[in-house]
Amino acid sequence: MTAFPSGAPTATRPAVAAARATDLTKVYGQGETQVVALDSVSVEFRQAEFTAIMGPSGSGKSTLMHCMAGLDAISGGSARIGDVEVSSLKDKKLTQLRRDKIGFIFQAFNLLPTLTALENITLPMDIAGRKPNKEWVDMVVETVGLSGRLKHRPNQLSGGQQQRVAVARALAGKPEIMFADEPTGNLDSRSGAEVLGFLRNSVQQLGQTVVMVTHDPVAATHAGRVIFLADGRIVDELYDPTAGSVLDRMKRFDAKGRTS
Amino acid sequence: MFRTALRNVLAHKARLLMTVLAVLLGVAFVSGTLVFTDTISKAYQKSSEKGFDTVDVAVRPHDKNDDATPGDPPRLSQRLLDRVSAVPGAGTVTGTVAGYTAVADKDGDLLGNGFSSTGGNYYPAKNGKDPRYDLGSGRAPVTAAEVALDSRTADRGDYRVGDTVRLSTDGPVRQKKVVGIFTTDDGNVAAGGTLTLFDNATAQKLFTGSGQYDQIDIRAAAGTSQATLKAGVDKLLPARAEAVTGKKLADDQAKDIKAGMSGLQTGLLVFAGIALFVSIFIIANTFTMLVAQRTRELALMRAVGASRRQVTRSVLIEATVVGSVAAVTGLLAGIGLGAALRSLLGVTGSTVPDGPLIVSSTTVLAALVVGVVVTVLAAWLPGRRAAKIPPIAAMSSVHTAPSGRGLVVRNTIGAILAGGGVALVLAGTGMSSGDAKAPMGLGAGALVIGVFVLTPLLSRPMIAASAPVLRVFGIAGKLARQNAVRNPRRTAATASALMIGLTLITGLTVIAGSVQKSIDEMAAGSLRSDYVVSLGAIGATGLSPDVEKTLKRTDGVTATSTQRTSPALVDGDTTALTGVDGDTIGQMISVDFSSGSLSEVTGNNIVVDDDTAQDNNWHAGSKVPVTFEDGARKQFTVAGVYEGNSLLDGIVIDSAVLSAHMADVTDNKVMVKTEDGPNQATKDALQKALGDNPAINVQDKKDISNDIAKAITLLLNMLYGLLAMAVIVAVLGVINTLAMSVFERSREIGMLRAIGLDRKGIKRMVRLESLVISLFGAVLGLCLGAFFGWAAGELIAPSLPTYELVMPWGRLGLFLVLAAGVGMLAAVWPARRASKLNMLAAIKSE
Repeated sequence: MTAFPSGAPTATRPAVAAARATDLTKVYGQGETQVVALDSVSVEFRQAEFTAIMGPSGSGKSTLMHCMAGLDAISGGSARIGDVEVSSLKDKKLTQLRRDKIGFIFQAFNLLPTLTALENITLPMDIAGRKPNKEWVDMVVETVGLSGRLKHRPNQLSGGQQQRVAVARALAGKPEIMFADEPTGNLDSRSGAEVLGFLRNSVQQLGQTVVMVTHDPVAATHAGRVIFLADGRIVDELYDPTAGSVLDRMKRFDAKGRTS
Repeated sequence: MFRTALRNVLAHKARLLMTVLAVLLGVAFVSGTLVFTDTISKAYQKSSEKGFDTVDVAVRPHDKNDDATPGDPPRLSQRLLDRVSAVPGAGTVTGTVAGYTAVADKDGDLLGNGFSSTGGNYYPAKNGKDPRYDLGSGRAPVTAAEVALDSRTADRGDYRVGDTVRLSTDGPVRQKKVVGIFTTDDGNVAAGGTLTLFDNATAQKLFTGSGQYDQIDIRAAAGTSQATLKAGVDKLLPARAEAVTGKKLADDQAKDIKAGMSGLQTGLLVFAGIALFVSIFIIANTFTMLVAQRTRELALMRAVGASRRQVTRSVLIEATVVGSVAAVTGLLAGIGLGAALRSLLGVTGSTVPDGPLIVSSTTVLAALVVGVVVTVLAAWLPGRRAAKIPPIAAMSSVHTAPSGRGLVVRNTIGAILAGGGVALVLAGTGMSSGDAKAPMGLGAGALVIGVFVLTPLLSRPMIAASAPVLRVFGIAGKLARQNAVRNPRRTAATASALMIGLTLITGLTVIAGSVQKSIDEMAAGSLRSDYVVSLGAIGATGLSPDVEKTLKRTDGVTATSTQRTSPALVDGDTTALTGVDGDTIGQMISVDFSSGSLSEVTGNNIVVDDDTAQDNNWHAGSKVPVTFEDGARKQFTVAGVYEGNSLLDGIVIDSAVLSAHMADVTDNKVMVKTEDGPNQATKDALQKALGDNPAINVQDKKDISNDIAKAITLLLNMLYGLLAMAVIVAVLGVINTLAMSVFERSREIGMLRAIGLDRKGIKRMVRLESLVISLFGAVLGLCLGAFFGWAAGELIAPSLPTYELVMPWGRLGLFLVLAAGVGMLAAVWPARRASKLNMLAAIKSE
């Protein structure tokens, strides 16, 4: 694979973009303490594709995700979910966008301890005041294998089960795109692999779009495409990655870090 | 360690502010109460202080505990005064005369709010001046047409020397010319009362009778001691009089005032205690939260080698610093509060004397001790808990969830206390009011503490009951309900603080409402007359019989009946005889007779109430020997027995017969029946007929009810004001709890925001949680208060025959609405904070 020194790799696959960043820039702080987290990043996340974002600490991978998902304001450029320019939305519309079009999976599960598993799964719909699509929810629950545990509260579930609830919650609203932030970071390898399997299945079988930030090369192999970030820029891209190819690419960051 | 503690205090300003506020309010309340009581008692003391500097020995009428003659001991004669003046060592001798004198302002309204409307005599000594008064302008009154006014009254009424003033002593209006304006050290005047001076003869005619005095003040000549002078005077005294030294007068007065004020002071301190009690809970709750919030920090200190004792000490030092700051600011706030209470009383038009604000050293000391000691005590338990935090807690990321353990023991204790309390209160309602006080008080205390202990248990079912209502608010309502019971202890402590305030407020409202209704019933229930005419103000004595004559002549009046009383000896006991017009009284008052009727009250026939009849074993036809005030004896026949009520009881006699034996013939009141019944036109006509008199009240049934309502409402409002403090402290508790909840759940809130709950939804969630907690406390308080109100009513009922429980549903509803308002208000800041939370930081925070 070729490493691009700067700028975005051009998308060649014929698919519709579920989300797109164009010259996306994010700057923290001002004056001397100014830090450029994202430096004019352009990238497309195509529908029904599972993309992993990788990079060393401080490369801006989480920031990219947060900006795309409307969790953080951008400093310049554009971030679109479908046809909607995220940066143009006020808080209320942005909240609705996240609620209706985006699914989230967090490293720390972030379930409400007072709600049962099922209530947690349907929470986004409850917030919207919509009736959940029962068939779809049943199927999602079936897919993630939680059928027998819907009445349990989060503290009665294992970490892997909790994260599966979180996956189901993200899927339940049929989002246009799902963002997962280190979804396996708090899980043992077996539970982690399960969760990643569900994410992949949701892409392959349900046609979902998933963007996952991870620093685990094994996790990244579940994705169809890996984007590498360094110093706020996209530096490389891999399709159909293997653990070996990802690891190799990551090692080059380390080497570069040491030599420069 | 001290430095760490101090840094901690300063590092968290918002947290610090909340704690300081909780302590501050508690201290402010205690010191405010003390300042208020001191100020009021000092003012009352001043108001009853007569300048004793000018009195070395005073002679006054005195009864030596014998029942030989009914009525008051006779006044002092001019002859006695003359003889006393001749005692060796006697200097200036002043005879004093005093009585009720209402002064009208230029619009015809009563001056001085009726607090104290007095009149007196100007008694010129040898030099032509009365030592008690200093005439600033004009001269002393010398004829019956002249008066002098005190300078404050003159100012308020805008009267100057030469003006004509309208005043009244016993009913009829008199027009007098102001010839002098004086200043005096008379406490009544300093306290805002009015004082009108007449020339000696006129004052005697008005108040004491010609040639008679209320008291004789003697100044000792140089070189004569008070004791010597008293010994000299003692020899001259008639049987029913005594001589007292000026020193003793002053001492007695000080004692009386102290006794009079102690009740008020105790009452106010009880409220201060309540506020303090609530404060302790809030402070303890706050420190518990502070410690919980700092678990990791404290564990880290333990991990790097701090001992348990050092951790506890650091919490206690923090408490001391907070307590000291709060105590000082609380004291200042309390002084302001005392001043505010004082002026509030003035605004409500109540009749309290004026005076400067008193801040005694006791107040300062109490404030400081309360602030520091209470805070340290309240922080002690959380401090110990802090010490028990294992060092490993520094490494774990999750806030320790509250354990459900320990609640079993807690619930058992609570159930026993509450059950025992209810049993004691119920047992108390069955006893006589004297015996019941102890079990009732004990039971009430046990019940409140029991419910207090049980609130965590009660919170679940009671808050679950709110689910149907909260469902309207969708997911925010559901989350709010669940959040409210997540930490039952904290919710309980928060709600309990509110509960205490509302228990007292509700209990008082129930009692006051019921008592008001029953007094109203007593005062006006059996009244049939259209109007009752009486002297309105404090200190007023009898109405002149002229008033009735005037009323009789007034157009539209169909009948009048007076009621006058005079002491008499009946069967060896002094008792009051009530004189009425047998012909007309039946139209004015409804009375139930078991035999006879009111119309039989003529000549030698009397009627008596059932209690008196029973005590003396009288019945219709019994002969009753009576010794009148003037010593005359006469035999009467019981013509009827009636059921006594507040308008008429005791021995009722023909007023014409009674008047013949009365020293001063005056009426307590005149009841009037008119052609058209009570209406404004008739009332105006009656008032006009009486000369638009400032001293006289013309009241119909509704006016009487309103008067009673006004008095009770004033009292109730004062109590509400005092209890409001407890509620404000409770509100702080709610704010604290919510702030803590928001802090603890910031990650959840961040997640909710991320997956699509908008700011409004978050705000609503926090507000509803606040609402649920507040209403939970309020409902508990309302229930307890209503129960106590009922129980206290059971005690009152035997002494108030017309008592019946009145549940002020409207008020109770209002309290619930207010509690809801309190909840919303308390949630403003925490809700805003929650909605402004940075999502990313919240989600990432570990």
